Amino acid sequence: MGGFWSHVVEPGFFQSQTVQVALLVGGVVAAISAVVGVLTVLRGQSFAGHALGDISATGGSGAFLLSINPLFGFLGMGLAAAGCMEAIGVRRVRGRDVATGIVLGAALGVAALFLYFDTTFHSTSGAAITVLFGSLFVVSSSTVPAIIACASGALVVVLVLYRPLLLSSVGDDVAAARGVPVRVIGGLFILTMAVTVALSAITIGAILSTALLIGPAATALRMTRRPVTATATAVAIGVAATWVGCLLAYDSFYWPPVNHGWPVSFCIVALVFVFYLAVDLVRSFRLRRTNLPADKSNGAVVRAHPLDTLSTGIEAASASGSE
Amino acid sequence: MADLTESTSADSRTPILELDGIGVWLSGREILHDVKFEVRPGELVGLIGSNGAGKTTIFRVILGLLTPSSGRVLIVGGPRPRRNRSVGYVPQKIALDPDMPLRSRDLVALGLDGHKLGVSLPSRRRREMVDEMLHAVDAMPFANARVGSLSGGEQQRVMIAHALISRPKLLLLDEPLANLDLRSEQEVVELLAEIAKEHGVAVLISAHDLNPVLPVVDRVVYVAHGHVASGTTDEVVTTDVLSQLYGHNVDVIRLHGRILVVAGPSPRADPALMEQLGRLSNPVDDTVAV
Ligand SMILES: Nc1ncnc2c1ncn2[C@@H]1O[C@H](COP(=O)(O)OP(=O)(O)O)[C@@H](O)[C@H]1O
Ligand SMILES: [Mg+2]
Repeated sequence: MGGFWSHVVEPGFFQSQTVQVALLVGGVVAAISAVVGVLTVLRGQSFAGHALGDISATGGSGAFLLSINPLFGFLGMGLAAAGCMEAIGVRRVRGRDVATGIVLGAALGVAALFLYFDTTFHSTSGAAITVLFGSLFVVSSSTVPAIIACASGALVVVLVLYRPLLLSSVGDDVAAARGVPVRVIGGLFILTMAVTVALSAITIGAILSTALLIGPAATALRMTRRPVTATATAVAIGVAATWVGCLLAYDSFYWPPVNHGWPVSFCIVALVFVFYLAVDLVRSFRLRRTNLPADKSNGAVVRAHPLDTLSTGIEAASASGSE
Repeated sequence: MADLTESTSADSRTPILELDGIGVWLSGREILHDVKFEVRPGELVGLIGSNGAGKTTIFRVILGLLTPSSGRVLIVGGPRPRRNRSVGYVPQKIALDPDMPLRSRDLVALGLDGHKLGVSLPSRRRREMVDEMLHAVDAMPFANARVGSLSGGEQQRVMIAHALISRPKLLLLDEPLANLDLRSEQEVVELLAEIAKEHGVAVLISAHDLNPVLPVVDRVVYVAHGHVASGTTDEVVTTDVLSQLYGHNVDVIRLHGRILVVAGPSPRADPALMEQLGRLSNPVDDTVAV
């Protein structure tokens, strides 16, 4: 680490092997996170995605304790948790958040224990920081093949299940009526989410993995009306934020406090958030300008009949849905 | 309207949907008891009952989402195939937030190939089919809008297009008129009647209020406390039949072409409820389902 920072000067950014690994891993992980993230948000499973990130911290801290590659810790724990959540929560859609919450609580308790052991027995106070907040610059190049394999696997699953996943985001009953085996599809998706979150955890840390999963997706959803363009936009945002974040973190070595680079995870997450805010601002500005005469209530002709004054909610049927 | 069905080759006498002695128990409670009715091609049947009567449960049984503890469901005279595309389903609500990027036309296209694996490639033929279907249900003006941002009536139309594009023989709609204003209510009802009459689709729609569907239904299946009575409106919606179904006295009053079902004099009737019914001429409760 120290060697890296003292050897490199600004023009060396693209020559540094650490940076190359960071850009490769960051790009791949940001892309798959964005793809899975769009479906996660569409399917209303953002909470599960966030919980899987937190839970994978348990695996990461456990891996530190056993001195194995943290990626496998993140992966193992994430998959186990996803399985648990699916097993507990399958009965009702409503049960999903509750099941997620229960598994999350239990796993975080174990994470606290592991991190305590990490710092006590291994006297590596850096373990907590690395597990929770990660750093793209410490990903070892030997992990790269595993990361790319996992990302490819996740991408294949999502592409194969794309239409059924999209359809069941409208409603499990709607999808089931079309002959989609919703239980199987939902189970496979949450496992894919766990893999993606594990990758994201190793990239920007377990706690921050949500930012890469949900952030670009949430931004993209505000910018487009089509699932495919939303996915492409999310990928672009995620990858851009990650790469620019790397560059900023690299440059931040010369910012105050001098000779202490800013955490790369912070830079990435900050960029994701700034981008979201910018898009939101532009969007609400545009909406305000185009919506001036839009008074929804005068769109519908409601013929009142004395017997119907109590009938269920009278809703304005404004026929102006299109843009 | 576009031709929505394949040629109705089967004998139009064979029921498209047949429920025979369906019983359902959930959490140790009997939700449905000996439910029996059928729907024929081109017929529009109303499944009428108050909230909690068991209408959605009946749909879930028909769709195979719920296994009944007794009885059987026949579709086109046979057992329901595992992957059934001859049934179109429009749920009461869809679970999409307003800012979700799924356009009306995307949802309709998913009715065609949403069950297939892989990503769909742009296809001219598919786009034409989607356009045709959106046109048929008058959903063209909001074809490119996000589904989640549409009003209840607009979403209803898009979902009907989604359900119809696979050219099903049976169309199930769960409370399609709930949350619609009077005009949309009328438009949806007319659309459904047209689908049934002109294209020979068997249509089953549930409603908690009989009156909006009264002009178009061929027959009604009345549900109360998990029991059903079926037949024409004149056969079923009578003081005798409904009193027996509800297990206490109800009065059926016909008024200016509308039918009101109100709790009749009964020793068990709750005085507060009776007073409420006296004040309101509108159905509000289990005992006054219509
Ligand atoms: N999963 C379930 N477990 C227990 N009871 C249920 C379940 N689903 C529905 N019910 C009960 O079945 C009855 C009928 O429900 P439902 O078919 O949804 O009525 P409707 O659609 O006519 O309003 C209700 O009393 C409801 O509480
Ligand atoms: Mg219902």
